[in-house]
Amino acid sequence: MKRLMYLLPLGIFLVLAGYFAVGLTLNPRDMPSVLIDQEVPPFDLKPIRGYEKGFSSEDLKGQVTLVNVFGSWCISCLAEHPMLMEIKRRELVPIYGIDWRERDPEAGPRWLAKRGDPYTLIGDDPESKAAIAFGVTGAPETFFVDKRGFIRYKHVGPVTPENWESTLWPLVQELRKQ
Amino acid sequence: MIAEAGHFALTLALFVAIVQATLPMFGAHRGNGLWMAMDRPSAISQFLLIAFSFGCLTYSHVVSDFTVLNVVQNSHSLKPMLYKVAGVWGNHEGSLLLWVLILATFGSAVAFFGGNLPPTLRARVLGVQAMISIGFYLFMLLTSNPFERIFPAAIDGQDMNPLLQDPGLAFHPPFLYLGYVGFSMAFSFAIAALIEGRVDAAWARWVRPWTLAAWSFLTVGVALGSWWAYYELGWGGWWFWDPVENASFMPWLAGTALLHSAIVVEKRDTMKTWTIFLAILAFSMSLLGTFLVRSGVLTSVHAFATDPERGVFILILLMIVIGGSLALFAVRGPALRSTGVFKPISREGGLLLNNLVMSTGCAVVLLGTLYPLFLDAIGGAKVSVGPPFFNSVFIPLTIPMFMAMGFGPVLSWKRSDLVQASLRLKVAFIGTGVAIAAAWAFISDGPFLAIIGLALAVWLIISTLVELAERIKLFRAPLGDSLSRLVRQPRSSWGMTLAHLGMGVAIAGMAGAGGWKVESIQVMKPGEKVTVAGYEYTFKGAREGQGPNYTIIEGTFTVTRDGAEIATLKAEKREYPVRQMPTTEAAIYSLFLGDLYAVIGDADGVEGGYVTRLYFNPLVAWMWFGTLIMVLGGVISISDRRYRIGAPAKRAAKKPTAAAAKA
Repeated sequence: MKRLMYLLPLGIFLVLAGYFAVGLTLNPRDMPSVLIDQEVPPFDLKPIRGYEKGFSSEDLKGQVTLVNVFGSWCISCLAEHPMLMEIKRRELVPIYGIDWRERDPEAGPRWLAKRGDPYTLIGDDPESKAAIAFGVTGAPETFFVDKRGFIRYKHVGPVTPENWESTLWPLVQELRKQ
Repeated sequence: MIAEAGHFALTLALFVAIVQATLPMFGAHRGNGLWMAMDRPSAISQFLLIAFSFGCLTYSHVVSDFTVLNVVQNSHSLKPMLYKVAGVWGNHEGSLLLWVLILATFGSAVAFFGGNLPPTLRARVLGVQAMISIGFYLFMLLTSNPFERIFPAAIDGQDMNPLLQDPGLAFHPPFLYLGYVGFSMAFSFAIAALIEGRVDAAWARWVRPWTLAAWSFLTVGVALGSWWAYYELGWGGWWFWDPVENASFMPWLAGTALLHSAIVVEKRDTMKTWTIFLAILAFSMSLLGTFLVRSGVLTSVHAFATDPERGVFILILLMIVIGGSLALFAVRGPALRSTGVFKPISREGGLLLNNLVMSTGCAVVLLGTLYPLFLDAIGGAKVSVGPPFFNSVFIPLTIPMFMAMGFGPVLSWKRSDLVQASLRLKVAFIGTGVAIAAAWAFISDGPFLAIIGLALAVWLIISTLVELAERIKLFRAPLGDSLSRLVRQPRSSWGMTLAHLGMGVAIAGMAGAGGWKVESIQVMKPGEKVTVAGYEYTFKGAREGQGPNYTIIEGTFTVTRDGAEIATLKAEKREYPVRQMPTTEAAIYSLFLGDLYAVIGDADGVEGGYVTRLYFNPLVAWMWFGTLIMVLGGVISISDRRYRIGAPAKRAAKKPTAAAAKA
């Protein structure tokens, strides 16, 4: 019995080593982020507090849309926010929002109430369910979805007037033509 | 030519290490004094060879020799000199060279100061050290050669990861490695003891200074890493339970446990197998940390570029070192006899509790760190385990330990009485009660856990001071008598008192920073004011400028409280064009009760405002200050007289200076 106790650490280590060996054959970075040209992963998010409708993958069919991942805690989201409002004001393309990893359920709605809401629909994703399915690595990220509901482009970082004019807006127009 | 010389010296060191790993070991086994005597010269030549090799790589970085691949990938001609030097170890290959340099330094230190060790023990310790070296030399020569040339030569380098171009991080890896590798000494001593089949007070006395040194370095390393995260990542946080942070925290927990159980072996001749096990564990955790960071099995913001081939190599190395030593432990461990017996309520009992909590904590951190890997390996979901898990499991675990930490030093060896100990600590009980009441009255809005943390800090600080007062018979003997007792305290007692005090101060910092942080995120235009925790920040505007290898946006804030000006903060956002990466340099102004902390973000591009984040981080500076006190305790303890007893007079005079120089 006493001998067994002394063998225990070795046993635990061997199990760990087995996992490491398997782990080496996997790639943790291999998040399904390479969803480009694939269908939007199915998800169904609840509304954020104070909103009536949530946001699910079904809402994205039939027209070119943007899916923007944001959070009230995210600084660069604040930076891109005026541009998103501008897109909404000019009715360029509908933007759907994923409110990601809010610790306080009030934080997202409060953030939007203060600065304006550029989104057509917003889903609450405190546990990163949709974010992981999309392979989000940080916020903000914006996914460009075509009429069939396929992801065609992922933009990492804030949407700015410059990159909107130079690449993103032409891309939307291109997708519309298809 | 220089690079080839460095490569050659590295290869030569491998062969010296092979000699050192075999001849002295066989010599010790067969009682051949001549073979055993090979240990010291080979350890010293290994050190000289690796030091030369490291010098060669440093030279290549300093003169920006862009025919060397490592320099091309990690340097840039415009990079400031500090980071050209720090860049030597700011990458995978170079950091391994630093690793083996430190390993060889420790080995030669044993050769140098180990004159009072029994020859067989020394031969075996250095033999085990050399085996570890062989593994790492092979790893470098076969998979990660820092001296690889590139043809044709590059015109300029690709620069170093901007996040790493920072004074705090320049010195973070050396300290961390001094800690990690330092535990290889305790490991080698443990393996040598298992081979010899003998663990006694003398053994514990030899192991402890090395463990103390490793622990002190590692403490500095972990604190530097945390400090860097605090001001460089610009999120106002200081610990994120990131896999790489955990990789440095696990050896620290195991090492802290080892420090304490080695005391029991030395004083009471018991808990031997525990101590041996912890010595193996501390170094295993260091190796595991290396594996996790470099193999790519886990993702982290800090990880070096990863490579599965290297991962396989490190895994084999882990199997041999950890698996082999645990197998040896399983075979030889049961034969170690302890003589001392003790009751649960006793000094030994307290130290055992420390050991249990530290090792459980280590297991929890390990589990949390590896859980995503486990789940991934069995085909489950991709998850990440974050602070909520660690905070809710690890923190409650430490609460009983911090309570016991106050009691431990006033308990007597073998058997003790909790009631009597409590009576001796009545001042501490009263002080803690007052502190809780005061915290409740003045800051009622904080989280419950933070108030507990503050109470534990007060409890720990007062009970440590009470214990010191008892030891010097303060107020019970004439004051002069007490003072002379105070001066005559052995340095190891000072070490304990300071380390525990430092821990108390650091806990206060953690509780404050965790519990009462105030943050405010907004877009500000020049002239706008925002009040955070009673401090009024005025945004004076931002200017754009140019650094040596980056461009900056510098935002200026003035902070006032009740109309009186307190500080001017200049926060920077840097953009490194070569790597196309931004970094934030938070502006921090430390006050006694907290840090004023400001970060500037992007211009909003539409209305001329900038995104700003303003924080009030209570008591954060206490954490760094407390850590410094802990390290001071460790350093003072190393210089304790008893570690030099038995050494020839000449060496006895040298040892403390060496310890001080290393610190």
